[in-house]
Amino acid sequence: MDLQTLTYIVVGATFALYIGIAIWSRASTTGEFYVAGKGIHPVANGMATAADWMSAASFISMAGLIAFKGYDASVYLMGWTGGYVLLAMLLAPYLRKFGKFTVPEFIGDRYYSQTARIVAVLCLIVASITYVIGQMKGVGVAFSRFLEVPFEVGVLVGMAIVFIYAVLGGMKGITYTQIAQYCVLIFAYTIPAIFISLQLTGVAVPQIGLGSAMTDGSGMFLLDKLDKVVTDLGFASYTGQKDSTLNMFLLTLSLMIGTAGLPHVIIRFFTVPKVADARYSAGWALVFIAILYTTAPAVGAMARLNLMDTIQTGPVGEESSNIEIAHLPDWMNRWRTTGLLEWEDKNHDGRIQYYDDTNKEFAAKAESYGWKGNEMTKVDRDIMVLANPEIAHLPNWVIALVAAGGLAAALSTAAGLLLAISSSISHDLLKGVFAKGISEKGELRASRIAMTGAIIVAGYLGLNPPGFAAQVVALAFGLAASSIFPVLMMGIFDKRANRAGAILGMLSGLLFTLIYIFWFKGWLFIPGTEMAANTPDNWVMGISPESIGAVGALVNFVVAYIVSRATEAPPEHIQHLVEDIRVPKGAAEATAH
Amino acid sequence: MTPENRTAYWSANLRLLIVLLAIWFVVSYGFGIILVDVLNSISLGGYKLGFWFAQQGSMYIFLVLIFIYAIRMGQLDKKFDVQED
Repeated sequence: MDLQTLTYIVVGATFALYIGIAIWSRASTTGEFYVAGKGIHPVANGMATAADWMSAASFISMAGLIAFKGYDASVYLMGWTGGYVLLAMLLAPYLRKFGKFTVPEFIGDRYYSQTARIVAVLCLIVASITYVIGQMKGVGVAFSRFLEVPFEVGVLVGMAIVFIYAVLGGMKGITYTQIAQYCVLIFAYTIPAIFISLQLTGVAVPQIGLGSAMTDGSGMFLLDKLDKVVTDLGFASYTGQKDSTLNMFLLTLSLMIGTAGLPHVIIRFFTVPKVADARYSAGWALVFIAILYTTAPAVGAMARLNLMDTIQTGPVGEESSNIEIAHLPDWMNRWRTTGLLEWEDKNHDGRIQYYDDTNKEFAAKAESYGWKGNEMTKVDRDIMVLANPEIAHLPNWVIALVAAGGLAAALSTAAGLLLAISSSISHDLLKGVFAKGISEKGELRASRIAMTGAIIVAGYLGLNPPGFAAQVVALAFGLAASSIFPVLMMGIFDKRANRAGAILGMLSGLLFTLIYIFWFKGWLFIPGTEMAANTPDNWVMGISPESIGAVGALVNFVVAYIVSRATEAPPEHIQHLVEDIRVPKGAAEATAH
Repeated sequence: MTPENRTAYWSANLRLLIVLLAIWFVVSYGFGIILVDVLNSISLGGYKLGFWFAQQGSMYIFLVLIFIYAIRMGQLDKKFDVQED
């Protein structure tokens, strides 16, 4: 069977499975839309949280970033897992004890202020929309390859499917669907990794394979071999550090704090049966996330090695060592149709030279070989995971499975985020503040309109993404880190934190971060409106826009602390509320309003 | 529950948090980023140790930390009699 047909069958079958489960379990859970995790074991809840959490950025983009950045991409691995430690210890159990359903609701109650609630909604929307842009990029990549169409068409198809998926609605809230999605995506991620690890090192566990010796007879360790292969072509060493230590530190911190501040993740812990379960749920979620996250470094390194070996088949400098264009593997031609992979025979030798022509020393050497510049003119990092099984000549069913996994990851998270955005507008803003008398029907209509608007904005920006999927998502985390996390944490750990402190803290953190990002990425991410080129030379102290969230969070903490102390203490009943959420005893079931 | 009991429970919780978050910080920011060059001179199979902490080890330790926290807090809840019914 040819690959195209097989891919349609596998993707179609997984979608039928999700929809089937959604319909089957819907009957018994009608009216439990918000209470996805209620009565569900922490292990199952953890698995569903992992599916919700792992998006196109984790599945499609992260290993690609690792492949090209090597050690520097460790920030994504540590950042997106370390946040669960903060979540489990600083937020989840207390927010569960508080027993409400949305993050703005907690902020509004704890800081006894509708204004605080509105500001929280604003922060939530800004962070979530940015996050959806990253998903759209990932969805576009997956669909463009899967349907063999240009990337732009892929984004439009993705928008249409996300729209149907999200408007079907309740599906997201149904934990069993997410468990199925987790199984598909983790299977799709680890199977090719195991195959490739076996091919290269003979070790079936990719986490160990990455630290093992090659079976190609060289006896070299895989990582040493990779370092040699890339540096021989002028690229930076794989295991070496390229980025500044300060920037790596801040980016990791931004991602960790952002993870703990993202509303669609926090919500999952509001609804577990008990406070003790909230602690364990975070642990189980991380178990299931770590299965993918500890595999990703192996996927990245091995994909890079295979890619380099495909193009540079022998010693550097010998003419016959570079692959002939007439004999390029099929996957390269297929990816070329998406516009995400491109080459150009600059020196007209009928072969491809792939090297770092910005490395002056090596470029001089390359000239003596008769090379006229790097001929792989475009290698979009986001294609690496999807192309990986093809590069390694794995069977077609594995390739089809990976496409299904990537789509599951991107669509489930995009749909979840859109629901978070629309529910915060319809539930927190309209029903909670501006139109208290709104009917159920009106609330639903408002949420659909909000969702449509969000899809259009995200789709438009997804066509002109301000970076690779994982980098765009990193911006979203910076925004969540700087706006939401600090006031949540102070709401629990600092009894003295008050209304004025929280409002000013959130606004200053958000604005500080947003302005810094827009300064280098363009206002509202619109290309051409940036105030300065997005290069390390222009960044303040070498801090990239992706990393600024950690500084924004600090601004938020400091402002909230000082303003709280300079103004009146919170009322007595709020101080009692804080004491109450600190102990598990007496936790009631979460209530809606 | 007496206010003294409440305060004692809260400070026991904070002490546990500080210890666990210190480990959290050391394995990721310490071993994975700040001290990576120093640790990279040690090998763990084909991995350089600093690289291993950054791309593997820190994540395993995060997991262990959360479960230690959940178990220890369960014990503290019982000790101070603040557990849920």
